[in-house]
Amino acid sequence: MSDRSKLIETGTPFQFDPERDAEFERLVTRYPTRESLILPGLWLIQEQEGWVCAEAMAYLADRIGTFASKIYEAATFYTMYNLHPMGEYHICVCRTLSCYLLGKQQIVDYLKEEIGIAPGEISSNGKFSLEEVECLGHCGTAPVVQLNGEFHEDMDVEKMKALLATCK
Amino acid sequence: MEVKLLSARFDIEDGHKIEVAKKNGAYATLDKLFAMEPGEVIEEVKASGLRGRGGAGFPTGLKWSFLPKGLDKPVYLAVNSDESEPATFKDRYILVKDPHMLIEGIIICCYAINSHDTYIYIRGEYVSQAKALQAAIDEAYAAGYLGEKVAGHDFRLDVTVHRGAGAYVCGEETALLESIEGKKGQPRSKPPFPAVEGLYGCPTIINNVQSIGSLPFILTNGADAYKAHGTEKSPGTHLFGISGLVEKPGMYELPLGLPLMEVIEKVAGGVKGGKKLKGVIPGGSSTPVLLPEEAATTTLDYESMAEHKTMFGSGGIVVLDEDVDIVKLVKNLIDFYHHESCGQCTPCREGLGWMLKIVKKIINGDGTMDDVNLLRELCDNIEMKTVCVLSAACTMPVRSYLDKFRHEFEAYVQ
Repeated sequence: MSDRSKLIETGTPFQFDPERDAEFERLVTRYPTRESLILPGLWLIQEQEGWVCAEAMAYLADRIGTFASKIYEAATFYTMYNLHPMGEYHICVCRTLSCYLLGKQQIVDYLKEEIGIAPGEISSNGKFSLEEVECLGHCGTAPVVQLNGEFHEDMDVEKMKALLATCK
Repeated sequence: MEVKLLSARFDIEDGHKIEVAKKNGAYATLDKLFAMEPGEVIEEVKASGLRGRGGAGFPTGLKWSFLPKGLDKPVYLAVNSDESEPATFKDRYILVKDPHMLIEGIIICCYAINSHDTYIYIRGEYVSQAKALQAAIDEAYAAGYLGEKVAGHDFRLDVTVHRGAGAYVCGEETALLESIEGKKGQPRSKPPFPAVEGLYGCPTIINNVQSIGSLPFILTNGADAYKAHGTEKSPGTHLFGISGLVEKPGMYELPLGLPLMEVIEKVAGGVKGGKKLKGVIPGGSSTPVLLPEEAATTTLDYESMAEHKTMFGSGGIVVLDEDVDIVKLVKNLIDFYHHESCGQCTPCREGLGWMLKIVKKIINGDGTMDDVNLLRELCDNIEMKTVCVLSAACTMPVRSYLDKFRHEFEAYVQ
């Protein structure tokens, strides 16, 4: 996950599904320049596919009417855009300040042991991916874990164990 | 000690829904608003003494008055909901528990500055929060509070949620604008300031969620009612986030000016497990740390923080107990800022990397006294030599740890 320069081609063309297409067209009317659609467009791609492939970036450049390099620039700068498929269950553990003070490391160590991958890796069966991320804005209920975008607060190893059990 | 001006509706069941919010006062101030002249609204906000609640503490009304007059260009409002400064977790309560207070505040601000387009920039990690906010915006459109005629008045207002995607630097106001324009989040050189040349080259006001959220109270009850709380120079209340090694961490709305230690002890239950206090981070990770004896004389307002050579910041208070390893804490902080550097300025991009290498070397037991001195020297050489203050957000606290806890660094290298 650290190499954010590589684009992956799937070999099949990309297009928005009808729902995303409609949302894209709604957003077109909201900005005075079409390049403002770069971040929202990348989000729509990721919502649809779980990640952003080379073909989708080219498609977005066409839809917006801008250079592919501008899409590439944004997609590689902003770390939440996944440039390759992630695990079915994507786990983010906050590693900053209050989560650090309140034992995020025990949770990371437990996950490493239990899933068998280090932060930044995807399990070989594609089921899990693990990341340590910067402050998630839930410091009052630290440590905090995000599972597929959903927040789980006041975590510890026991609660993490229970949460993992729900990942079937 | 708590005073609930902004969080008044937080505990009401379904208070985030427009019908419930309206029953409890939401949007009630709009008739008064549209009967006023925009200039009068600005004066009222100025008189309230409201200061930007994102961290910089710049007077909100004064910021609005910097907009150039008589320009034939649209004016934009960008609401900063990036909330990425470590130890800051207040704005999301507004987004989720009382989004209509924010929308009402946006209407007030936009009427005052004659703006018809607002972008709420929300950090990408706030997935459910962005959905909750969008749902409230949809409700406000359906109820006629947003759109072509706000509350039946001849005033158009459109509000669009723009999601970030994992870049702390986008909380910096010009990086935020770049990000809305579809670019990577690299801060702009100032001047020109956004009030003159901001989003799409047009005059733009950027205000924090809580600043905007404070407006309905101020307009409904008047500047004097707001100033009745807090101190003369730091009026009003703030949503303080208390976290770290403390018994009752959480978000508490308190008037400004309370003694810091009294808040930690009485509101937040004191140091976790009855341990001894080692230090307090007063306003988010970028603010210089206070020793217990300094914290004892600090009050929660802009002036007292400045007297103690630190900052009010975002009001994110972190309690450090006697067991905290300061050197490792410093590594955690440098790691954060190094990771979040946008890469534009060499002193930040390279300098923070060097600081990280040096502190790792010290922790690994390979450091010398020269390394400790070099770390301190680097702080001075990086700070204020970059386009934005991200690097200073790292060097200011690191310098404070080096100066106040030097013995802990020395213990590693001896």
